Order: sequence, then structure tokens, then C-alpha cells
Amino acid sequence: MNLLVNKRINYVLFELGQISFLARDILLSLLTFKIVWRDLLFQIYSIGVKSQAVVLVTGAFTGMVLGAQTYFQFHKVKMDTATLAVVSVSLCDELGPVLTALMVAGRVGASIAAEIGTMRVTEQIDALRTLATHPVDYLVVPRIIAAHIALPLLAMESIVIGIGSSYMVGVHILGIEPTYLWDNMLKYTHDVDVMIGLVKAFIYGGIIALIGCYKGLTCGLGAEGVGLATTEAVVYSSITILITNFFLTLVMGKLVGLL
Amino acid sequence: MIEVRHLQKSFGANKILDDVSFRIENGESVVIIGRSGGGKSVLLKHLVGLLQPDAGEVLVDGENIGPMNERQLLRVRRKFGMVFQGAALFDSMTVAENVAFAFRRHKNLTADEIARRVAAALDMVDLPGTQNIKPAELSGGMRKRVGLARAIIYEPQIVLYDEPTTGLDPIVSDSIDKLIIRVRDHLKVTSIVVTHDMRSARRVGNHVLMLHDKKVYANCTPESLFASQDPIVRQFIDGVADEKEILY
Repeated sequence: MNLLVNKRINYVLFELGQISFLARDILLSLLTFKIVWRDLLFQIYSIGVKSQAVVLVTGAFTGMVLGAQTYFQFHKVKMDTATLAVVSVSLCDELGPVLTALMVAGRVGASIAAEIGTMRVTEQIDALRTLATHPVDYLVVPRIIAAHIALPLLAMESIVIGIGSSYMVGVHILGIEPTYLWDNMLKYTHDVDVMIGLVKAFIYGGIIALIGCYKGLTCGLGAEGVGLATTEAVVYSSITILITNFFLTLVMGKLVGLL
Repeated sequence: MIEVRHLQKSFGANKILDDVSFRIENGESVVIIGRSGGGKSVLLKHLVGLLQPDAGEVLVDGENIGPMNERQLLRVRRKFGMVFQGAALFDSMTVAENVAFAFRRHKNLTADEIARRVAAALDMVDLPGTQNIKPAELSGGMRKRVGLARAIIYEPQIVLYDEPTTGLDPIVSDSIDKLIIRVRDHLKVTSIVVTHDMRSARRVGNHVLMLHDKKVYANCTPESLFASQDPIVRQFIDGVADEKEILY
């Protein structure tokens, strides 16, 4: 039993060490390598534009459900018009960036790991290296930068559509008075809430791309190796996002309190 | 010039190469033969720095590439072109984009100049007019030719071929052999070919290295190898399996 635990701990430490080396290579590449704008734009399109449908649907329905549930509770204490303020702050601080990141981890993290993993097992990454191209420069850096750019934008879209759909449900289905609903939302949602959402989404973008690339670059041989890398990329990204979110909430809450 | 000194490589507990040493002069055409799993491709990958030795040295033009990191190796790799066993073409790109890959960051070349060089490289491998085709639409032999065009377009000094005729019919294999000879003679490159194909080994090499039992077993001309009466060499050339191998 002890041996098994030791083995598991060693494995986790080894993986963390390898990811740190990859992060070091990325930093080195960012300092020395000139970005190929065509590759970066393609990745922004691939990660950002193509993820919009899934992110918007998630944002819209999360906003509507959150709005309805909040209303059901607040209605009991005659606080109907505070519904959208709760929805707005929740979406900006937590649900917008986290749900967006989880959806993108499923769609993009898996796709990055599968694409790079397939390139590895078919020797395309070795071919890149023989063509005097560093795999981190060509495969990892554009994806990392694109994910850092795309995630905050996607999270904002998700938040806006979530608030909009919650407003529609509140006003047209639940019959809440629209002026006070909107006014309370503006009153209790501050710039700092939006900033927290943006910062979180920026960090989650890096997590998704880093873990996806790492799993692809280190995947085992054959179809089984690619399949496992894809699954692990999604699972590890999702868990890392949820754990990081807790600590970010504490740290940013503290910082905002200090400010 | 490539020199390998006392090279050792293991994967886990499995030792693949043990004290391998040899030297390849500029312009030579060397064929590396040996049994499947005998370390031929592993040796080839050491020459271009795709694998790092556990012990020993790999010298390219006098520079030991063993201790170099990935970024330092990029400079050395500009001397090499490599044709992979499965061609390793980038499947998201067209043939032209694959062949022109090495030029994608060369700002001093115009698009017209790159297109002209791609056309010339494809002509050399007898695949003119295939620029806009995706690799998935190509046959095995055509993929290897595109891989060769991609390897030679930037005029490297050394071209490495990892089992270039494996999985191809004898006629296509023959055409690939002729291409290797054409590239060697036209571009004056050093060629290093890993193969199981004895006919190909006899035709394209002016020197043969035979790996056996993790070491260089023979290092000679094709003529003396094929005339050898050594039982291990004969067994490999004639393709005769041991009784033990038939049973298991």
C-alpha cells in the first residue's frame, strides 16, 4: 500500500516537474522567438471563434436558471428586484469564467492534446525538429497566447449573454419590475467584479493550453496513448481550474478588500 | 563528417546500442542494416540529435551534439534532411506547404521564389503538379517522395533515410532507390539509409554498416558484405530464420 502511494506521489511530482520544464521553455520562447502572426490568428480562430456556440449556450442557460432560482428564494422575502444583481455578481466573479473555462477545456483542451499527440505518434514532431523548428515555438506558444486572449473574451460573452437572458426571464416570465431590476444590477456590480472575471479567465486559458500541449507532447504511443492523453488533458485541466478558482477567489477577495 | 564514438543507449532495462563506433566521410553513401528492433532507427535518430546518448559521443563536423540542448541542436539540424519511415508529412497542410515548411520563417525569400523552389523539388522526386494535394490523398510511395522533397529543398549536406522502401511494392521501391541515387549525385549530399531491403542496400550504398547484438558487426563495402561467408551476415542476407524463431 505504502509502495503504491509512494509511486503515485513520485508520478505526480514527475509530471509537475515536466510541466515546469515546459513552462520554462515557453517563457524562453516568448523572450527569444518572434511570433508568427498567421499561426496565432489561426489558433485564436480555432480556440476562440469556434468555441463561441458552446460558451454562449452555457452562459445563456446558466443565467436563466440562476435568475429563476434566485427569484424563487428572494420572492419569499420580497426582494425580487435584487435578482439580477445576484446573477450579475455571481456570473462575473465565478460562474462566467469557471463555466467558460470548463466548456473550453472539454472542447479545446481535448482537441489540442489529440492533435499534438497524433503528431507525436506519427513522427510529425520529430519531422518538425529535423526541419530546425522547436516544437514549443511552433505548436505550444501560439496556442498558449491564443488561449490567454480568447478565454477572457469568451468569458465576457458568456457573462453578458447570461445577464441578458436572466433579465429576459425575470421580466417576461417571472414578471419582475424591469427598471429596479436593472438599476440594482448596476448598483451592486462593480468594475472590480468584471476585472476578477477577466483575470480568472486569462489564467484558465493558460492552464487549458498548457495541460493540453503537455499531454499531447508526452502522450504514449498508438491510438491508446492519444486517447489517454486526450482524456487526461480534459480531466486535469478541469480539476486544476476548479482548485485554482478556490485559491484565486481567496487571493483576489483579499486584494479587493485591501484596495 | 559524422563520427560516432562508443555510443550506448538503453530504454529502461532494454539496452539497444552498446559501444557503437564508426565514421562517415562527406559525400559517402552509407547503408545501415540489421534486424528489426536492432537499433538502426535509434542510431539514425542519434545522428540528428532526436535522441541523446546515455554514453559516448556523436560528432557532426567535429562538434559533439550529445550535450547540446534543443535550441542549440536547431543550428546543427540545418545540415540535415530526414525522410521518415511513415513520411511524417504534416497532414493539415498541402504538399506545397509541407515541402516549403523550412522556408516559412525565411523573410528574404519571396512567395514566387518559394513556389519555384517547391516546384523544382517536386520535379526532382517526379511529382510535378501535386502542390495542392493533401497528404491523405497520396499513396505510400508518393508520400515518401514528398517527404524526400521536403528534406532536400533547403539543400542539406546530409540526408537521412529511415526505411525508405518499407511497405512499398518492388517497383515503387526501385523508383525510391533511383531517387536516392539521383539526390546523392545531383546534390552531392552524404546519404545514410536505414533499410532491411538487401537489393536496396546493394544499390544505394557505397558502404554498409551492419548492426548485430547491439554493436556494429560489419563495416565494409556492399561487395565484400555480399561475398562474406560469416554465418550471421549470410543468415541476414539470405533471410533465413533460426529454428527457435520458427517455433516461437
